[in-house]
Amino acid sequence: MESMLISPAKFIFFGFLPGWVLSLSLLIIGLGVFTYIIWKRILPIKNASPDNSRLDRIPERIVKLAKLWFLQARHPRYPFVGILHILIFFGFLILSVRTGSLSVIGIFENFELPGLAYNQPLGQVYNIIKDYTATIVFFTCLIAAVRRSLFKPARYNVPEKYGHDHTLEAVFVLAIIMGLMISESIFEAAAASAGNDGHTPQLTLVWMFSEILNGSSHGMLQKTHLVSYFFHDALFFFFLCFLPMGKHFHVITSVFNVFFMRIDKGNIKPVVYGVNDEGLDDLESFGVKKIEDFTWKHMLDFYSCADCGRCSDHCPANAAGRPLSPRFISIKCRDFLFRKYPVIGKPSNNRELIGSVLEKDEIWSCTTCGACEEECPLLIEYIDKIVDVRRGFVDDGNVPQSLQKPLGALEKRGNPWGKMEKKRADWAKDEDFSKDYTVKILGRKESADTLYFVDSISSYDDRMQDIARATARLLSDSGIDYGILGKLEKDSGHEVRRFGEEMLFQDLKDNNTEAILNSGVKNIVTADPHAYNALKNDYANLPPVVHISEVIERKVKTGDIRLKEIEDKSRVYTFHDPCYLGRHNELYAPPRAVIDAVPGIKRIDMKKSGDRSFCCGGGGLMLFYEPEEEQRMGVLRVGMAKEAGANVIVTACPFCLVNIEDAIKVAGMEGEMNAIDLTELIDRHVIRE
Amino acid sequence: MEILVCVKRVPDTSENEIEVNSNGADIERDDLVYSVNEWDNYAVEEAIQLRDKVGGSVTVVTVGDDESEEVLRREMAMGADKGVLLSDDAFTGSDGMGTTAILKAEIEKGKYDLILTGAQADDGAGQIGGMLASILDVPYASLVNYIEVLDENKIKVGREIEGGNQEMNELNLPCVLSIQTGINEPRYVGIRGIRKVAKLEIPIHGASDLGISADSVGAAGARVKRVDYFVPDFGEGAEILEGSTDEKIEKMIEILKAKGGIK
Repeated sequence: MESMLISPAKFIFFGFLPGWVLSLSLLIIGLGVFTYIIWKRILPIKNASPDNSRLDRIPERIVKLAKLWFLQARHPRYPFVGILHILIFFGFLILSVRTGSLSVIGIFENFELPGLAYNQPLGQVYNIIKDYTATIVFFTCLIAAVRRSLFKPARYNVPEKYGHDHTLEAVFVLAIIMGLMISESIFEAAAASAGNDGHTPQLTLVWMFSEILNGSSHGMLQKTHLVSYFFHDALFFFFLCFLPMGKHFHVITSVFNVFFMRIDKGNIKPVVYGVNDEGLDDLESFGVKKIEDFTWKHMLDFYSCADCGRCSDHCPANAAGRPLSPRFISIKCRDFLFRKYPVIGKPSNNRELIGSVLEKDEIWSCTTCGACEEECPLLIEYIDKIVDVRRGFVDDGNVPQSLQKPLGALEKRGNPWGKMEKKRADWAKDEDFSKDYTVKILGRKESADTLYFVDSISSYDDRMQDIARATARLLSDSGIDYGILGKLEKDSGHEVRRFGEEMLFQDLKDNNTEAILNSGVKNIVTADPHAYNALKNDYANLPPVVHISEVIERKVKTGDIRLKEIEDKSRVYTFHDPCYLGRHNELYAPPRAVIDAVPGIKRIDMKKSGDRSFCCGGGGLMLFYEPEEEQRMGVLRVGMAKEAGANVIVTACPFCLVNIEDAIKVAGMEGEMNAIDLTELIDRHVIRE
Repeated sequence: MEILVCVKRVPDTSENEIEVNSNGADIERDDLVYSVNEWDNYAVEEAIQLRDKVGGSVTVVTVGDDESEEVLRREMAMGADKGVLLSDDAFTGSDGMGTTAILKAEIEKGKYDLILTGAQADDGAGQIGGMLASILDVPYASLVNYIEVLDENKIKVGREIEGGNQEMNELNLPCVLSIQTGINEPRYVGIRGIRKVAKLEIPIHGASDLGISADSVGAAGARVKRVDYFVPDFGEGAEILEGSTDEKIEKMIEILKAKGGIK
């Protein structure tokens, strides 16, 4: 084969330099430089904080890897560009075999991979597939390049404060890939045109180039053959070494990043992996203060960010104009790592992170809604990083004044408003409520099967006490034997932990755990998704915890709760998924099933719903934080409900209700839009004899 | 620069429901939670920032009972180097002058360049700073919202004047300043910070340590005696709105509309 032309390996350049020497040199230099760069990239990872949680549950990891990396499961969430990526991704997988063997062919001209030789059936099939693949990859990259440079989708914009535009880097890499596809095809085409019996499958690049080259002189074909080979070879090694210099590092790191992904949802990383709650007092420092305080996995995240902007596209803080864009958390930290650990030269001693790379307001702006993490095709984590930086802030006393009061009150009174402990159960003393219902306060005298964990906002806030009372009525009507902890209950500490005050969280957790275990209950129910998430994912060794929507769903099915026709048939309902019910705990179906159980109700979903739900503005301590923002998240959310054609927003979280009710007022939509909690909606429609 | 800050443990008005007790001479203290007087927190933060800038040390001192130790620890967790608790049964019931005399005795045991107090306390009379300067015979500036160290013997301070005006003064050291809130942003002290200083020793100085005769301070020495304590009766025109927050707001708007406050 290719007998008519001298192969790149055998050709003697300038009368003395055999082609194989050139190929071998390229291979050695290419791999050498690549190894050196990777070594430099591993240096900070070696200095990073430990994380021993990434090598457990291997079978589960393999399944996730197959789904999320190999099958690219998250890409079709953005259908057009997702499919482009899937084509390029599979193209790379298929062509890596060819590229690998091609660089050896330049040394040993007859090199063939076992089983994939030209004269073997599998080899022949592979050769046809790879020609079509190269063609598809070429045109996909062309479309991608046109999309990036001419259509410029808004989510790639780089706001001025984050530096220059990234289009050039993206298009440059696409051009390299196209160059690789073209040169490989020309190399093949020249050989084919010179009379070898290789394939030139119809409509492939090889076919096109061989059509062009047919009839060219032998010398011309020989030159084309050689130039295209060495161009491809050099370009390939350049590409390989260029990958770890920017966003295309993900081509190499993605498989590791997805394999080492965070499997559990809803919880927060420990302060330091390997240090249990009892050991926290002995730690010198808490949280992230310098870049090396991030864990090795978090550094791998920085390296793996492909700058695709999907996180920020779904970040409610970003949408509201707060100074946070998750994409740039990754990009800024990556660039800082690159600067601090340069490819050439020694690592610098630069310890500055806060104020020069990350900003205080940026870090406090996050509501930990999880939209960014849900979207990231590379499974990059943000919440743990943000919480870790906040832990550093808290450790240094660097806490916004607006948060210091509620934190102080939580420490002294167990609730962020500093209300009296003994008034925690006063919501049950309401006249209208208490004439028909009594709520047991668990303790020495009273016991029950089920604990209703009310949490602070539903205990103390005038409006949200309605949720507590509705929940209590529903529990009573369902015949559940339940009680509350009363003054023994403290705030669940859900946001206390997420705002970085770990030790206060530990105190609250220990307090509640003791009270719950002493009460002797067999299970726990709550109507507050933040409490639900805390008890389920942050606490340990508690009886099973369910959200009220799960209880209602069950009781409607068993017939213990019967519902009457919807009060107002003219209204259109929509369900706003609370972040800590939906994304963090995947309870999307129960609340919807409960709403749909009301006869005659008309329910539609907003465009952003389910795992793409848009945060209302954040719960817990976020109610106290005064962010810089152009717009309230809640106002944006109310607009989305209106756009969907709904006029009642049903939610299942007291914080969502606070934010959305406020937003309706701010947006001036009182009268045309209403908000109601799921428990209130059902409570109003229960048939009571 | 050696800085001393006088602090006080007070019931936090925002986290308590203050009620007068049955005998009418004090408030009901059973369910109270306490914290550092807010103004004092600003004073300690300012002292720490000054020390970090020019060197020296920060000592926090309080007159109180054993439980007052917790506020000293909190301020030490913020970054104060030393804490001293001035406590003696004889101190109980001191009036402003008595407290000042106790503080003076402690101050004279050391050598301080700068003495800071809060401008006032939640439950106080705003009198300590001025009295202290007077009996120590040193310069005094009140309601200070800016401090700049000029040299070893001189500082420049800004004072907040009614109507939002600002006044600048130069003072010779040593001097006493009473600190206004807003001079800085006091740092947060978490449980972890307090635990870190939990084992540091805090000396307790009583009347004999300070060389004070027991009858000159405390209830015995007090020349100002509290005779009554009550929530004033509603005067003419005063009205307390009842109901839920929404109802209260509605009534409030009605009243404002009715009286022409809003249209």
